[in-house]
Amino acid sequence: MTTSPANLTTAAAHSQVLTFMIGDATYGVDIPCVQEIRGWSPVTRLPQAPPDVLGVLNLRGTIVPVLDLRLRFGSTNVQYTPITVIVVVSVLSAKGQRDFGMVVDGVSDVIDISAEDVKPAPELGTSATDSCVRGLIAVAGRMVVLLDINLLIGREFPATATDDSIQAA
Amino acid sequence: MTIDLTQFHDAFFDESFEALDSMESALLQLDTGSPDPELINTIFRAAHSIKGGSSTFGFAETASFTHSLETLLGELRDRRLAVTRTISDLLLKSVDVLRTMLGAARAGRPIDMQSVADLQFDIELIIVQRDTGVAASPSPVTSRPHADPAPTRDGAPTAVAAVEWLIELRPGPEFFARGTDPVRIFRELAVLGTLKVSADLTALPSCRDMSPEWCYLSWSLSLLSDAPEAAIREVFEWVNADCSLTITAADPVRAAKPAMPSQPPAPAAFALSAVQPSAAPQAGASQEPGSIRVGVEKIDELINIVGELVITHAMLSQISRSVTGPAADGLRSGMQQLERNMRQLQESVMRVRMLPISVVFSRFPRMVRDLAQRLDKQVELKISGETTELDKTVLEKIGDPLVHLVRNCVDHGVEKPQLRSAAGKSAVGTIHLNASHRGGSIVIEIRDDGRGLDHERILAKARASGLVGPNDALSVDQIQELIFLPGFSTAEVTTDVSGRGVGMDVVRSNIADLHGKIEVHSESGRGSRFVITLPLTLAIVDGLLLAVGDQTYIVPMTSTIESLRLTPSQVTSIADGREVFRFREEYLPIVRLYKSFGLLPRARALHEGLVVVVEGAGRRIGLFVDDLLSQQQVVIKSLETNYGRVPGVAAATILGDGSVALILDVADLIRIASRREAA
Repeated sequence: MTTSPANLTTAAAHSQVLTFMIGDATYGVDIPCVQEIRGWSPVTRLPQAPPDVLGVLNLRGTIVPVLDLRLRFGSTNVQYTPITVIVVVSVLSAKGQRDFGMVVDGVSDVIDISAEDVKPAPELGTSATDSCVRGLIAVAGRMVVLLDINLLIGREFPATATDDSIQAA
Repeated sequence: MTIDLTQFHDAFFDESFEALDSMESALLQLDTGSPDPELINTIFRAAHSIKGGSSTFGFAETASFTHSLETLLGELRDRRLAVTRTISDLLLKSVDVLRTMLGAARAGRPIDMQSVADLQFDIELIIVQRDTGVAASPSPVTSRPHADPAPTRDGAPTAVAAVEWLIELRPGPEFFARGTDPVRIFRELAVLGTLKVSADLTALPSCRDMSPEWCYLSWSLSLLSDAPEAAIREVFEWVNADCSLTITAADPVRAAKPAMPSQPPAPAAFALSAVQPSAAPQAGASQEPGSIRVGVEKIDELINIVGELVITHAMLSQISRSVTGPAADGLRSGMQQLERNMRQLQESVMRVRMLPISVVFSRFPRMVRDLAQRLDKQVELKISGETTELDKTVLEKIGDPLVHLVRNCVDHGVEKPQLRSAAGKSAVGTIHLNASHRGGSIVIEIRDDGRGLDHERILAKARASGLVGPNDALSVDQIQELIFLPGFSTAEVTTDVSGRGVGMDVVRSNIADLHGKIEVHSESGRGSRFVITLPLTLAIVDGLLLAVGDQTYIVPMTSTIESLRLTPSQVTSIADGREVFRFREEYLPIVRLYKSFGLLPRARALHEGLVVVVEGAGRRIGLFVDDLLSQQQVVIKSLETNYGRVPGVAAATILGDGSVALILDVADLIRIASRREAA
């Protein structure tokens, strides 16, 4: 077995990953990033936000943006029902801690992995996912796409939106 | 062996800067009348505490400078020198120099010793001149019981003979651990006269039993000096209370004279404890009774939590309204009680962050005085309402705009004395600075009785620079508004005071950042009046709730003028589908919020919805919305913490039902609308 690239082994040798479903695919994020899992509740729209940024939510007094990962990863048929789930994650960016919610179809499991379980991802062909995938994990014959939250949030929320994004009246 | 003193540096700097502020304000009051001994005492105390701190913390330059300053102040306090303009100028300059020195010391930068040395020389020159009688200013010494010449404090011995003082210093074991350095004390004593020191080593244990941080030494000192006892005690002021200190005069009768000139000689020897009675009121006066220093972030956290509580309460009370059954009445009355308590809690917590506006106003007497002197004008500054309190953040940000406005009043508003006399006005111009509460806002007014705004010249200037078309007719209000445009200045000569064309627009945008507004009212030849309206706090805003489609937006009350329902006949369509309507004397563009924000509205026809006339950055628009919901106070929440800036949106808040609503940035909406117009 060859040694894993250095950037994949920055986490502790053993870690836990929360897996969730989007369509037929299983994705995972590192457990330490996950703040909470909550049911769907209507969000407040943000004017002129990217289509997959649904709006903002009140998370115990903090205003948290909500990103629909399903739209992000190309699903076209998305529905918001009481069983739709928002996974609230938190990353440490240059601006400090940032929280955001990710809409997924459903949460499936928490799995234990070790660093060598994470295999580098091949080119998946869709730029939306390529840019934020940390690697692949094979669990019980299934493939889990491990996401890098930092990359996800870094691309999704520009520091400042520009005025030009406002539509002409 | 000393402990690391740097941990106390911040407190020392904070206190020193405060002391300088109180020194400065006392000096400015001193200038205008006969010297009030209490004021001189205040100044003296401030200088003294800076000196003490500086030498304790090893800022030798500051200590040396304040020592000279203190000597001069001592002369003033004891009325051996009269307060003259030269001296008060010198003292004000000293405040500036000290501020620079302490600022440099805090930032770890080198101090410009040349300017310090120059000033120190000037100060010492005055003292020396008085000693030698060169600048024989008449000293109004009347209360002095002795006719003999006044003794100098630390100069050469004069008529008063030196006295031998016996001093016993028996410190507690923690003497060194508290950062006291006896050598420094001895050195300072040596300045006062001839000093002999002997150390008592009898308490010294063997090396094995010795704790390296403890003090086992005590000292007997003999000082031959003409200094009064108070001066000697002063040296020991920084010695902790756990030391035993005895100061006795070998010849008590003679010693008592200089120490207490206004009292009959005290009988016999007195052995006072280390805490001398006269030091107590001094220390008390320089400290606010019963106050503590608290980090701002702790207060902000508290305010945040209270904000959460307000929202949670609103949520609960909404639920409680739908509750039925036997417990419902009890629940509702409990909720009412909770609401009262909450409101009190909120007000108290907000008040913690509130500071009197005098914090900002206090810099103006000095500034106006200096500026008037430089411009050859006579200006009297009247300040009222300085106890009005407002949020610290607002206070910090309102300083610069106010400085600019006051500076403008002195520079542009108030005329030269000859001109004023010719116009039949008093040669001395008056600038009035006033702050007051009005509803949930604070109103700051800057008024001068100068020449007022010159409408002709403003208009001519605006036409010349292309800000106004050559044929545009403008109302008086509109002309006065022109001064807030970027790049506008009517000053004929650009001075270092003002006239560089940056200013009023910055003033206005700074105030807009605080959710406030500024208006100008001026009468030619009679003066002008600037009125700034600010919210009391940045944590809460009084807002109008608007509905567009299924969304709720909030527009700050300070930005709203009026809301009205338009009939199609009132609206004129102009090119590119843009619409305007007549409001009072002007035509305002209509901005449809659902279009700007890409929403599905319930009302598309103008007569089905409402137009809210809003104002920002001096411009007005009609904002078209579906409906007005209510008016309420909302807690401001940042969108940028977790997301980013959204055009046209200032922040967000959480409504009673727990949902998020966006707070509109009116100035930004107008800017976006006008950019679109220009495109």
